[in-house]
Amino acid sequence: MDWVNSILQGILLGGLYALFAAGLSLIFGVMRLVNIAHGDLIVLAAFLGLTITSTFGLHPLAAIIIVVPAMAVIGYLLQALILNRTLGDNILPPLLVTFGLSVLLQNGLLEIYTADPQKLNAGAISTANVALGPLYVGVQPLLMFGVSIGVIASLQWIFYRTALGRAFRATSDNAEIAQLMGLNKAHVFALAMALSMAVVAVAGIFLAMRTSFTPASGPGRLIFGFEAVIIGGLGNLWGTLAGGVILGVAQAIGAQINPGWQILAGHFAFLVVLAIRPRGLFPRVEH
Amino acid sequence: MLEARNLTAFYEDFQALFGLDMTVLENQVIAVIGANGAGKTTSMRAITGLLPSSPGMVRWKGQDIGHLRADQIAALGIAMVPEGRQLFASLNVEENLIIGGRSGRSGVWNLSRVYELFPVLGERRHQAAASLSGGQQQMAAIGRALMSNPELILFDEISLGLAPIIIKQIYQVLPDIIGGGISAIVVEQDISKALAVADRVYCLSEGRIALEGETGSITREEIFHAYFGV
Ligand SMILES: Nc1ncnc2c1ncn2[C@@H]1O[C@H](COP(=O)(O)OP(=O)(O)OP(=O)(O)O)[C@@H](O)[C@H]1O
Ligand SMILES: [Mg+2]
Repeated sequence: MDWVNSILQGILLGGLYALFAAGLSLIFGVMRLVNIAHGDLIVLAAFLGLTITSTFGLHPLAAIIIVVPAMAVIGYLLQALILNRTLGDNILPPLLVTFGLSVLLQNGLLEIYTADPQKLNAGAISTANVALGPLYVGVQPLLMFGVSIGVIASLQWIFYRTALGRAFRATSDNAEIAQLMGLNKAHVFALAMALSMAVVAVAGIFLAMRTSFTPASGPGRLIFGFEAVIIGGLGNLWGTLAGGVILGVAQAIGAQINPGWQILAGHFAFLVVLAIRPRGLFPRVEH
Repeated sequence: MLEARNLTAFYEDFQALFGLDMTVLENQVIAVIGANGAGKTTSMRAITGLLPSSPGMVRWKGQDIGHLRADQIAALGIAMVPEGRQLFASLNVEENLIIGGRSGRSGVWNLSRVYELFPVLGERRHQAAASLSGGQQQMAAIGRALMSNPELILFDEISLGLAPIIIKQIYQVLPDIIGGGISAIVVEQDISKALAVADRVYCLSEGRIALEGETGSITREEIFHAYFGV
């Protein structure tokens, strides 16, 4: 029963990893940008949540209502003012700039919030359980998993069923021709980053409710996000969810064998998938 | 309604256009011909804003559009059917057409009109654009440009690489399109096709206009001379 329970925990944790990954995947899909600062932006959202909950005495889940639009605006401006200038034929400038941003965010957050570990207090729901047959499952992980699926389903819907998504796909296919159709590339990219940061906001709050975090927590989340994206296959959001779940389950199995092996087992699963299926388990079909 | 004056264009240090003057009047069809590398595509890209041009070089209905972005120029009613079709490969046929119409300019062209013009597109509306044949892709690219209800369409290599029967079909619908009050610039390698459809011809050679004139007033010998520079 321990095993079943820990695998179930792994699956639920995978939802959070998928949230870390979804924004990363979206940005790569639309503009071929690998955002090295993605993890640090998740942590920025977590600290924003911390400030908002402590200033206004809000529950973390209520703070999401403020942090999501705030991060979306930050994302739009970040893309419009800085990242758009770095995009071109050469993939190095955007990598370097987002790496620089990562360092900047870590040091900025350290300056403001110190290195002390922080956590968002979610109150009763963080300890509540529901019985699932013979198992007891935490309400909070279940909620987070449900929200993750909801977020991914929404992204999928936006991508394939709305005018905005059509603009994302057209610009991703051929930015130059998309401009001939009246799409302003700079604006489309900025909207994509805004959407990515809205997802990051949810991920950041969930991270902060689940575990303690510091200004240095970003790179670790970036790695988990990366691994989930790559396991699932680039450009496929449901694949990303599957990637997150596989990563979560691998970590759970590792931890079950030996508590010290949790993170290592996740990396190991990532390497195995990469070795067997270099394009991930569910790569987007290329035409 | 479109006026290019002393239009120049560069790829980094390489100068591809050396001061073109080109005029398109209302309801006029212009043919642009010239050997490979003459600068035909480059001039289309400069007019549509895909290549930067300087203020004053391109005017549209009297307004200077030389400094505008491609999406802003598109919104003013200039559309292009690019060389090599360049449909959005991961969008289906209908989505490609809808993207073409996203500027929201009003006019006679909409999805059903395009499907009337090219019934095969209607039959394959949910198919991925990349899965169409070359001729069908050209029809979709033309439909996509029409969806913006443009006042001027630039056709870059309208028939290149297409089967003769498709070329015939496309030239058959061209009068329908242009008859609706749209001006056109047609880039065409096939000189007799170009002369048949156009009111006026520009022949480019090495980034310059080697010859221009009304189709009735210039001879094949003159064109031949300008085309091959002999
Ligand atoms: N992206 C580019 N970078 C550098 N030079 C270019 C680029 N595109 C075109 N050129 C050069 O500019 C000149 C004009 O090219 P352009 O594509 O306009 O010719 P074209 O008349 O359209 O030829 P074709 O009939 O082959 O389509 C050529 O010398 C070409 O080599
Ligand atoms: Mg060309």
